[in-house]
Amino acid sequence: MLKIKNIDVFRGSTHVLHNLSLEVHHGEIVSLIGANGAGKTTTLRTISGLLSPKNGDILYRPDKKLEQTNIVSLAPDKIVKLGISQTPEGRGIFPQLSVKENLLVGSYNRTDNKIEEDIQTIYTMFPILKDRAKLDAGKLSGGEQMMLALGRSLMSKPKFLILDEPSLGLAPLIVEQIFEMLEKINKQGVTILLVEQNAVMALELSDRTYVLETGKIVLHGKSKDLSSNKEVQNAYLGGI
Amino acid sequence: MSLDYVLQQIVNGITLGSMYALVAVGFSMIYGIMRLINFAHGDIVMIGAFLTLYFLEILGLPLLVVGVIVLVFGFIVGILVERSIFYPMRGSPQVTGFIASLALSIMLQNTGILLLSAQPRNFNFPEEMLVSINIGNISFKTLDLVIIITTILLMIALLLLVNKTKLGIAIRATAQNLDVARMMGININRTIMLTFAVGSSIAAIAGLMWGGKFGQIDPLMGYVPGLKAFVAAVIGGVGSIPGAILGGFILGISEVLFVGLLPPEYSTYRDAFVFTILIVILIVMPNGLLGKDIGERA
Repeated sequence: MLKIKNIDVFRGSTHVLHNLSLEVHHGEIVSLIGANGAGKTTTLRTISGLLSPKNGDILYRPDKKLEQTNIVSLAPDKIVKLGISQTPEGRGIFPQLSVKENLLVGSYNRTDNKIEEDIQTIYTMFPILKDRAKLDAGKLSGGEQMMLALGRSLMSKPKFLILDEPSLGLAPLIVEQIFEMLEKINKQGVTILLVEQNAVMALELSDRTYVLETGKIVLHGKSKDLSSNKEVQNAYLGGI
Repeated sequence: MSLDYVLQQIVNGITLGSMYALVAVGFSMIYGIMRLINFAHGDIVMIGAFLTLYFLEILGLPLLVVGVIVLVFGFIVGILVERSIFYPMRGSPQVTGFIASLALSIMLQNTGILLLSAQPRNFNFPEEMLVSINIGNISFKTLDLVIIITTILLMIALLLLVNKTKLGIAIRATAQNLDVARMMGININRTIMLTFAVGSSIAAIAGLMWGGKFGQIDPLMGYVPGLKAFVAAVIGGVGSIPGAILGGFILGISEVLFVGLLPPEYSTYRDAFVFTILIVILIVMPNGLLGKDIGERA
């Protein structure tokens, strides 16, 4: 579905990603773990078109039957139109827009007439959002904001969903809920790429995992295998 | 000093405040979405005034038609300015845009002097605009009424645009978080361009009113409305449209009252008075009356 091939990304004069390659297959949940500053967010922002790599390609095929396209030089709005949606780090809800308006922003690129219907679907998934529909999104709690951010991403009808640290700053119980929801979304046919600091949960949820260290992929494989890997245990799982 | 006199001054203040509000609203929207302090915004007022002079007096078109033309031309000028000057600077530090807008302001003024001469020109509005209307002892001209009503209508239209339309949601989303707006698929360049265009369009129509109200225009006339709009926008809270409207009216009314109610020898201090209001409000409410802390953006 998504194939990142040998990208080098710079932020200012800092070389952040070194010759990074990564692949996500249709229907998978893939997680990308690594310490602070390893380049996880940079990788995601590059996929969404907010950053341009100096070289390398990002090939994307929304559907197995379709041709793959190189999305490297595309504008972010074009990338969203191809079915890639990102829930940014820190959730990035618009605090002074109402909950419903936030959801409408998610559907910005759609021209069909099912938008209202889909908002109702989101309300069924997250009933709390319905109660808060007219409230400024900034007034929501952290967990509610995460649900809103996820709902907003879903409003674009993504085929490929990218999440940047969905567990950040949330209570364990809420994180549990969000991850269950991600599993459901995935079962409905949405491919997921997940960046997480919470490596335990990421490894548990995902099919495959990439480990990123100072801008390089140092390890990747089936999440199950990585969970029992000594190095991974020591570095990311607190050496259990 | 009679009540009628005070009421008369308030009516004058509302007229002046309407024009300040029109300029301030665009200024505030542009700041909100691109964190640009656009010092050239007042010069769009000047362009609007000269366009009015050309279409109304030289071509002799009816005022209503001229109004529409000025709105459309203001919109186009906004697009041209944004595309040619501010678009290429996207992502550069805030101060770059600020300096560029100062340069643009000087450029527009000097181009005006070059093409139109610095000589002030008389601005003759159609007779029916200058008919006096008397209510009790308060008197005003049809033009005042037209200015106030047009302003109210434009403000309602603008608030509907920003609060109820898809473009409006995109404008507000982009103003709040540029990066996430992009991630959500909003074409921010188009959104910013349209915001700039709408703001300029409203400033241009303020130029038509300004010319009609004061009867004289010149290429440097944009300085005062630009500066006052800046103050009005800051009083109301930069980035807030209702704030800019409120700020415009507060400024217009208090300025007229200051001049009208105090002995004439104080009237030359009106700008000092305006800035005193600004400073007092900012000390008490640093984000302005209706503003929220929206932070700077590189």
